[in-house]
Amino acid sequence: MRMTHAKGNKMGKVVLYALSTCGWCRKTKRLLDKMGIEYSYVDVDLLEDKEEDEVMKEIERWNPKCSFPTVVVNNEKCIVGFNEEKIKKAVGYE
Amino acid sequence: MSSTDISAEEVDRLYERLNKEAEEGGYHLNPDVEFAKDLIRGILTNEKRYGYWGCPCRLACGRKEEDLDIICPCDYRDTDLSEHGMCYCALYVSEAVEKGEKELTGSIPERRRPAKERKKAKSEHPRKSVSSLPLPVWRCKVCGYLCAREEPPEVCPVCKAKKERFERFM
Repeated sequence: MRMTHAKGNKMGKVVLYALSTCGWCRKTKRLLDKMGIEYSYVDVDLLEDKEEDEVMKEIERWNPKCSFPTVVVNNEKCIVGFNEEKIKKAVGYE
Repeated sequence: MSSTDISAEEVDRLYERLNKEAEEGGYHLNPDVEFAKDLIRGILTNEKRYGYWGCPCRLACGRKEEDLDIICPCDYRDTDLSEHGMCYCALYVSEAVEKGEKELTGSIPERRRPAKERKKAKSEHPRKSVSSLPLPVWRCKVCGYLCAREEPPEVCPVCKAKKERFERFM
């Protein structure tokens, strides 16, 4: 799957599942950029059907509602929605 | 298709229209105009992609009849406005938020049920009817407006949702 990588300080594996049209996903990207950490993201609405199905299954494991944004940290923590405090805490950002 | 295919003029035009309609109907757009316009750009992008105004913060499936509930304004807007002061994407906000008395700090939980549950629910709830009424009663699924007439109106006079968003209420 095509993930876009944003360079920055390594704070673990941070993956953002987003929609290109969503305001809260945009805010999440901006927050991660502002934090200056390394992360990957994918805009699910821009994927081809088959890829989209695969990614949705991946998201469902973490967030059964498959809503956006969904952030997964180190394959162990999942933050659903835009919540600055929770995202910072999950990646250990002071 | 990237959302940059939509011109600033198109976004501004729809913003003005929605803002006017919202205020006339007792609703309010997000006072963060830049944020609101980004969402409107998303709605226009979805219109080009799918042919309908899918919520910019939800993934549309491309089949209108299955996505009627998330066509903006969505079926969940008014409940979310009451409970959270904003709709799911935050294009619409409560009066308190609009006046700056309440601040929005993050997104709200998704009220729409997952696809599997939606399919199940659809097959489980047959419509009730009161056959003695002289006319059927139609309910706007967006704002709850009720009217008794042969057919629902083309557009909801309160929230401007289209005819297809009405359900037979009685």
